[in-house]
Amino acid sequence: MNSTNKNEHTHPTPTNGQWKTFGSFVQKEFYHITRDQTTLALLLILPVLLMILFGFSINTEVKNSQIAIYDPSNDVATRGIIEKIKASDYFTVVRMLNNPAEIEKQFLKDDLKMVVIFSDHFYENMQRTGKAQIELLTDGTDPNSAMTVVSYASNIIALYQQDLFKIQQIPFEITPSVKLMYNPELKGPYFFVPGILGMILMIICSMMTSISIAREKEFGTMEVLLVSPFKPMSIILSKTIPYFVISLINLATMLLLSVFMLKVPIAGSLFWLVTFSILFIFLSLSLGLLVSSIANSQLQALLFSGMVLVIPVVMLSGMIFPIENMPAFFQWFSKLIPATWYISGVKKIMIKGLGFTSILPELGVLISMTILLIGISWKTFKYRLE
Amino acid sequence: MTNIQESEWAVKCEKLSKTYKPDIQALKNIDLKVSPHQIFGIIGPDGAGKTTLFRILTTLILADEGKAEVMGCDVVTEYEKIRRNIGYMPGRFSLYQDLTVEENLKFFASVFGTTIEENYDLIKSIYQQIEPFKNRRAGQLSGGMKQKLALSCALIHKPKLLILDEPTTGVDPVSRKEFWEMLRQLKEEGITILVSTAYMDEASLCDAIALILDGEFLKIDTPENIVRQFEPTLYSIRSLQRSKLLTDLRSLPAIDSCYAFGESTHATVIHNQISPEALKKYLSEKGHTDLEVVPIAPTVEDCFMELSKQMHQN
Amino acid sequence: MENVIEVNNLTKKFGSFTAVDHISFEVKQGEIFGFLGANGAGKTTAMRMLCGLLPPTSGKGLVAGYDINTQSEQVKRNIGYMSQKFALYEDLKVWENIRLYGGIYGVPEPQIVSKTNDLLKRLGFENERNTLVNSLPLGWKQKLAFSVAIFHEPKIVFLDEPTGGVDPITRRKFWELIYEATDRGITVFVTTHYMDEAEYCDRVSMMVDGHIEALDTPKNLKQMFHADTMNEVFQKLARKAQRSDS
Repeated sequence: MNSTNKNEHTHPTPTNGQWKTFGSFVQKEFYHITRDQTTLALLLILPVLLMILFGFSINTEVKNSQIAIYDPSNDVATRGIIEKIKASDYFTVVRMLNNPAEIEKQFLKDDLKMVVIFSDHFYENMQRTGKAQIELLTDGTDPNSAMTVVSYASNIIALYQQDLFKIQQIPFEITPSVKLMYNPELKGPYFFVPGILGMILMIICSMMTSISIAREKEFGTMEVLLVSPFKPMSIILSKTIPYFVISLINLATMLLLSVFMLKVPIAGSLFWLVTFSILFIFLSLSLGLLVSSIANSQLQALLFSGMVLVIPVVMLSGMIFPIENMPAFFQWFSKLIPATWYISGVKKIMIKGLGFTSILPELGVLISMTILLIGISWKTFKYRLE
Repeated sequence: MTNIQESEWAVKCEKLSKTYKPDIQALKNIDLKVSPHQIFGIIGPDGAGKTTLFRILTTLILADEGKAEVMGCDVVTEYEKIRRNIGYMPGRFSLYQDLTVEENLKFFASVFGTTIEENYDLIKSIYQQIEPFKNRRAGQLSGGMKQKLALSCALIHKPKLLILDEPTTGVDPVSRKEFWEMLRQLKEEGITILVSTAYMDEASLCDAIALILDGEFLKIDTPENIVRQFEPTLYSIRSLQRSKLLTDLRSLPAIDSCYAFGESTHATVIHNQISPEALKKYLSEKGHTDLEVVPIAPTVEDCFMELSKQMHQN
Repeated sequence: MENVIEVNNLTKKFGSFTAVDHISFEVKQGEIFGFLGANGAGKTTAMRMLCGLLPPTSGKGLVAGYDINTQSEQVKRNIGYMSQKFALYEDLKVWENIRLYGGIYGVPEPQIVSKTNDLLKRLGFENERNTLVNSLPLGWKQKLAFSVAIFHEPKIVFLDEPTGGVDPITRRKFWELIYEATDRGITVFVTTHYMDEAEYCDRVSMMVDGHIEALDTPKNLKQMFHADTMNEVFQKLARKAQRSDS
């Protein structure tokens, strides 16, 4: 071994050297990801699977619900409403009941989702008092589909009411309780697409980033990296870049699937949708960094991101269960979850086609959260092992 | 790499202590001085405190008490300078398993802002042995090859000081021998090497050593001096009836301690209390045949065992 | 004297790579058999096959009288195993560990308590029966791990680098335990990287590139290779290796 005896090592200037090093860090991260083909496939295929799953199989539309009707009046109004009900896709009238005593028995026997109970002298009451009542009795053991069938029925009744008004110019009031569930259009995919976007981006950015950093700690290579001129923060940042790229790919995939496969168009500005999503990606990446500074092993990172990040997103962000239905504490809590704001913003731009100004509150909240998270990550960042 | 002044000591520790929760004292008041341009070995078993010491020196953890300086820089306040200028090889080699040999080396070169080409002559003799496998993933290398790769990665930026934490653990004797050859050549290049090991036979390959046990240094000196300072008389004993030998020796009060040592048995005798001839007579009376009793100079291992015995007696 | 291990043309291939290449040997009862070799020579693979953990590609092996091809479960039940990392539960007490492994090795229930007490007495651990294992000094842990590995009095115990990283005195005390075990008739199959420990064995085999290059007593091997120590024998044999290093 002979070495030319340069007195001190000549080095590239700090700036361009650091960038070059940063580049090789990013390259290394890409190697790790592309060589772990199982995980990579999972990351790219998961969004597709979820879109298909939620889009097609899990359908909150409740079609062909079995119902029975008790109509003691049997007059023009009740018949009119009943015709409309029978004509609807959502209902299958299994039985016309003759006797109020039968109601409970038939409920159990025929596995009914609802019984429509008209009052006596329905049309007469309507003419005389301007009001009439219909009782919609539903199966409370499945509250979600119960509320859905109720709202379908209420809509049908409301439509009848409108028709009647057009003919008779009298504002009748038929009063069922109308609780509009998920989305006004009552279409499944419209509801889920924003939620899936939020969930996937959260998983990829925070979970995968934190696991990747924890892996370095677990394998001991973090030690070697720390004992080097390279700034620890740069090590961490280089890990976020590949996941940033994967998130963009997934964002594009999901939007394409949404528009072309599930037929949920982007009603508003694509530019703002993408910009807004990129902001959320930054936020999720910072969350990932924060988790990684706490977790010491990949398992810890996985559990922590899963428990603290992903599950609350799924349960409390309004993705599956409407926030309005939650107890006050959870409604308040859901405001702390970044994904709630993201999903709300996406719904406004993508589903409702609203403009940039409508998402100012969401933008404001997400930007502040991101700054806060980056600040905390910076402060808590450990440049030693303990 | 900003210039680091040539300082008197490569490593200097004063009253270094470190305790892990709840009450495990990993290092107890350690004092150490390592001169530059030599191979300095920290010799001791698992749990003695070697890794803790190295982590403090490489600025990865903080000591609870005491001070340490590496190449003249304080480990607490000037850690960035230290991190830029040393080469570190932690236990378990710490390579990227899913990157190839070449990719690993390229990466670590760039971490230090250099390239393989720039310092190739330094690592050449090491790297040439694994170069045929340069496209193999590091995870698929044998222990000996991983060791060579990890060493190359630690050297690639031509550090003045190399800190190697148990680089030969779990590696077969042939690879171990080759590795120490490489270290010796690096020393000729002027690099200071601080290396830890649990293998006692590697101690004699160092210029100076510190024997460590339970967080304390038993002795710090050159291997030759340590051997010279061994107090008891040492005999090497061979007999055909090997299994009985230890029991028979232990029943003699003149024998302070005795242990198997490869083919023979080493017995320490206090103050020349019994001569080799007398011992031979005693043993043959006990039925031992093919006997050989000779006084020998101790190895570092003998010294370690004697010193640790003294430590536990106090 | 019966053979506790009989191996005939044992081979293991991983795809096109032959890790263990037609090895054949026997181990006699009560022997201390040293199984040496460089990293990548095929040692670990061979040991795993003998323990019933890995099915061979071809060849036959009988361990403790059971066929490793067809009776791997019985093999596992009739051997003891101790690895470098000891495999004791650090957060359980001493007697709990003994009891646990007793159950795992199928020691009949009524015997476990009495055998546990015997073992604790023999090791001098009676006062430590309720100590958590992680509070024990390293040497004691090792002693316990070894005793647990032979708790069920197997015919043979496999030791995988049991003394790695241990201090010199404890190392030797461990080998004294091994001698005691062989005095009781237990055969010991041990791998190690300490060449002085190779000298403690009755016979030693050296694996190189998947073959057994040499098998004999340490004395004969040193004569054969004109060496003073087993270390020298190892160096001379391992230099012939094509695989992995060099």
